[in-house]
Amino acid sequence: MSEVTYLEAISQAIREEMRRDEAVFLLGEDVGTYGGAFKVSAGFLEEFGPERVIDTPMSEAAIIGSAVGAALMGMRPIAEMQFIDFIASGFDQIINMASKMYWRSGMPVPMVVRGPSGGGTKGGPFHSASPEAWFFHTPGIKVVVPATAYDAKGLLKAAIRDNNPVLYLEHKLLYRMPELREELPAEDYVVPIGKAVVRREGQDMTILTYGAMVHQSLKAAQTLEEEDDLEVEVLDLRSLAPLDREAILESVKRTNKVLIVHEDTLTGGIGAELAAILSEDLFEYLDGPITRVAAPDAPFPYAPPLEAAYLPDEEKILTAARKLAAY
Amino acid sequence: MGLGREDLLQVYYFMRLTRAMEDRTRTLFLQGRVVGGVYTAQGHEATTVGAAMMLGKDDFIVPQHRDLGMHLVRGTSPRAVMCQWLARGNSPTLGRDGQLHIGDIHHGIAPSISMLGESLPVACGIGLTMKMRKRSTIVLAGFGDGAANTGPFHEALNFASVQKLPIVFLIENNGYAYSTPNNKEFAIENLADRAVAYGIPGETVDGNDVLAVIEAVERAIAHVRSGKGPALLECKTFRVRGHSEADKADYVPKELLAEWLKKDPIQRFERYLSEQGILTPENKAEIEQKVKAVVDDAVRFAEESPAPDPATVADYIFAPDGPIAIVGEPGASDSHYVNAIDTRTGEPFTTISNAPAQLHAPKTVPEEVGRR
Repeated sequence: MSEVTYLEAISQAIREEMRRDEAVFLLGEDVGTYGGAFKVSAGFLEEFGPERVIDTPMSEAAIIGSAVGAALMGMRPIAEMQFIDFIASGFDQIINMASKMYWRSGMPVPMVVRGPSGGGTKGGPFHSASPEAWFFHTPGIKVVVPATAYDAKGLLKAAIRDNNPVLYLEHKLLYRMPELREELPAEDYVVPIGKAVVRREGQDMTILTYGAMVHQSLKAAQTLEEEDDLEVEVLDLRSLAPLDREAILESVKRTNKVLIVHEDTLTGGIGAELAAILSEDLFEYLDGPITRVAAPDAPFPYAPPLEAAYLPDEEKILTAARKLAAY
Repeated sequence: MGLGREDLLQVYYFMRLTRAMEDRTRTLFLQGRVVGGVYTAQGHEATTVGAAMMLGKDDFIVPQHRDLGMHLVRGTSPRAVMCQWLARGNSPTLGRDGQLHIGDIHHGIAPSISMLGESLPVACGIGLTMKMRKRSTIVLAGFGDGAANTGPFHEALNFASVQKLPIVFLIENNGYAYSTPNNKEFAIENLADRAVAYGIPGETVDGNDVLAVIEAVERAIAHVRSGKGPALLECKTFRVRGHSEADKADYVPKELLAEWLKKDPIQRFERYLSEQGILTPENKAEIEQKVKAVVDDAVRFAEESPAPDPATVADYIFAPDGPIAIVGEPGASDSHYVNAIDTRTGEPFTTISNAPAQLHAPKTVPEEVGRR
């Protein structure tokens, strides 16, 4: 077995699910002949043919809406957004069509909408989105955000097998990151939706995070151990909807301090809901203010100095963590 | 087209049933028994009923809010419709949604939403599935002139054409999108002219002439079923009432309304059937009696049905785990499939399933009357 990248793990998940279940198919812009803008589906057209690897026009409503129609028919479509920013053009199909379908009609909609999200690639305001909060707020959609190659594969398989619309946010900065290469199990596995994982154990503080920020948080935790003698726990949420409340509460009950880190903007972000949950459920356990590190409330900028100023990183996490630790 | 006497009487029956169901719904609204908006389609009956009558047993409809005629022809239970209007706990949506936002995918009906036009990409997904599963079935997608101006309309027609999907896109052009007349909606004579832009056949017909609709739908279906891709058909009709029952529609010129009321599709068809000696005072009285009985039964059933249980308000957000059947394939209705029954209630879907309990149920789904 060789080590694979996060991107190869995604590709493996789709390929294996398409081999396993003839109901699974992929549609999106440039996914066929070109193999996808990031080459996630390279070689798929040759293996599965044009009826299961469908190159679509630049029509996000048609892509996602077709996925809804096929899912109603019992197929398991995977709708690719070339960049997740473009999901806004298909918003209605997710918000009004897919998410309410089972709730109002009893008919399941087993579909995945996935695409490259996140910044750090000089993508500017239209190729760097972290759109999770729009969907996190919407009942009836599951939202998952893998941070490792193992999770990228296991969560995508779980999403494809799920009987509900699942938004799968893959972080494009992680696609080919060498340090994320890992050997994956030869046998079939899934990472269950709704389960967080402790990436680093600690007693002094919990960092709640997900996606690319898991890695920034782990770097910060390492520095805090070396320079501040702090044992910081890093909990990778992996699933935002449903949230693993149990894991969140269990960790913060032990550490009594919580830092929430996300790449999305601050106001109304995932951190706001996490803070509310912690405040309601663990008020008497908290030894410091629930603290958030997030992007400022501004659109995602293009120029490198602006992007660096915008994105949360190890330094910003360290500053916030030290302030919190001082309580 | 070869419609026999019985077929024509069945078309007439469904047109009358559609009108009578809507008339009663309006009465219930005026009595305060329908709590939300009521959207009816007086004047559309020739289009909705005529088009749906041409479908085969395993074909699908993707209807919108004014397509009661399609629903009834395809077997949606009048009881289910009334339970839906009256927000009963046993309505197909369990009281969670109103209007005609109902469906049963196993019986070829996809539920619509209020964002008109958004059903058309969904129709593409159903058509894609038919194509992938190598079926000879087709989809009839109904929508209005308003929906024809949405982005999803364009995306769906274009995608369907590129993929050669088996879909008849049926525009019910009723003159107005709420208060906005055609001349503020688009700057072309016929919406069917847009077919050129997608490289598909387009045709405009008199939507108040049920026989013209039937013939045009037959042509469109023949094209679509042959695997050549979708077709666009515009049926020109008129919304002789308001957008909803809350709308007096005083923006419609009186002369225009009077003109269209004279072209009432049911009266026109009645005249034709009478002239042909098909409709007689006797069988007309019989049909009226049957229509009244079905409507009375539906209203009574709905009124006797329970209200939804408030304790369920946050339930059934996610479908449970388990196998999903590919709809329309052998064994797909086996109850171990998560999509075979309504897993919210553990019962069969109610949109269609009450149909056999109707006083005068149609003989399941109508025969393929146009293909003889």
